[in-house]
Amino acid sequence: MMTNPTGRLTQGQFSFLPDLTDAEIALQVEYGLKRGYAWSVEYTDDPHPRNTYWEMYGMPMFDLKDAAGVLAELAECRKTFPDHYIRLMAFDSTRGVESVAMSFIVNRPKGEPGFGLARQEVNGRTLRYTVHSYATERPERERYRR
Amino acid sequence: MSTPLYSIPGAPVVAGAEATPAPAAAPAPEASAPRTVGEVLAETQAGRVLEELDRSLVGLAPVKGRIRDIAALLVIDKLRVSLGLRAESPSLHMCFTGNPGTGKTTVALRMAEILHRLGYVRKGHLVAVTRDDLVGQYIGHTAPKTREVLKKAMGGVLFIDEAYYLYRPENERDYGQEAIEILLQVMENQRDDLVVILAGYHDRMETFFRSNPGMRSRIAHHIDFPDYAPEDLLCIAERMLEQQHYRFGSGARAAFEEYLALRIRQPQFANARSVRNALDRARLRQASRLFAERDRALGADDLTTLSVADIRGSRVFAAAATAPL
Repeated sequence: MMTNPTGRLTQGQFSFLPDLTDAEIALQVEYGLKRGYAWSVEYTDDPHPRNTYWEMYGMPMFDLKDAAGVLAELAECRKTFPDHYIRLMAFDSTRGVESVAMSFIVNRPKGEPGFGLARQEVNGRTLRYTVHSYATERPERERYRR
Repeated sequence: MSTPLYSIPGAPVVAGAEATPAPAAAPAPEASAPRTVGEVLAETQAGRVLEELDRSLVGLAPVKGRIRDIAALLVIDKLRVSLGLRAESPSLHMCFTGNPGTGKTTVALRMAEILHRLGYVRKGHLVAVTRDDLVGQYIGHTAPKTREVLKKAMGGVLFIDEAYYLYRPENERDYGQEAIEILLQVMENQRDDLVVILAGYHDRMETFFRSNPGMRSRIAHHIDFPDYAPEDLLCIAERMLEQQHYRFGSGARAAFEEYLALRIRQPQFANARSVRNALDRARLRQASRLFAERDRALGADDLTTLSVADIRGSRVFAAAATAPL
């Protein structure tokens, strides 16, 4: 059975759609800024679904008025990590919300090997299941090297 | 694969995907494109901002002329674009030089609004910074700090007050140079995203530009703010009072004119700023004068009028009396 027919990581918003263009990203960022969110750029090469906290690329950007600033930061991150997953996150600092309001992937490695199901036999013949990323079988920095 | 059923706002229209609903959408903007300068001004409402600039700022004739020129260029560019002609987006980085209190910050604020109305900057906010906001305190601190400020200013105007402080020739390891380099890079590469306005005193900016020739060549507009004439200052004073719901009593206007004539000759005269400070002190004296009269019923007239005594109480008159010129 094929568990990953599109060969693409599906996390966050828009992840079932084709990659957003920069103009579309700018519109999303603009929308978030209009609602007062603070954008930040994060990257990782270990996209396990339970890996919630990716590496931050710079500080979250508060007090921005225009999407150009976020896109400049994203361009720099893409230059530094062309073969990593990169996502944009919008933090809503409204009292009582104080959490991430938007999050979507804006950069993917060329090939995405996806995830495998690992079975572990424990007491008796009980089976435990877990998900494991094929990419992490290789050491860091070599995971998505072409 | 079949064409997708979803659509994301702003996505480029795929040929064939939207063939059925609106084939006549393309020629529509042609009909509504502006043809005259008046139409552009009406559409953008920039005319009103220009008029307000004329009305609300006293004097500054060369500055206003320059701003008019810039606005005219932007309007003509809009017309060119609507006819399909090429309009190179002009470099709008500016340098305001002038003595203290000549209205550099005020004009920068107006400039941001005009550029926004004409569609040159997207948001039209003004981020005012000085050296402290751009230059860090240790190695590796400057670049992120400068970048953060630049990101905040994107889509608007970055106003660097007393920009000559960025460059300190006496310390060759000063981090200011690093900030200048990042600034230059962004000014060149992201001209559409932000407009940088440098401000400072004339002679010091000259030295600054001499040591940073790259900066001078990237700034298209050097605008010099002249000092105000005494009658302009008097006019400014009256407007300030009007805004604060005060007015000159009988003879007070003449007294203030006299005061200005004396004050201008003193060192550290800061044009409109000195006027504001003088008026603030006159208000203090008025308040204590009224405060002394415990039993008097004070009407609106008493509370809003600055009398001759309030103006004459200034130290400037006393100094002039003891040391006549």
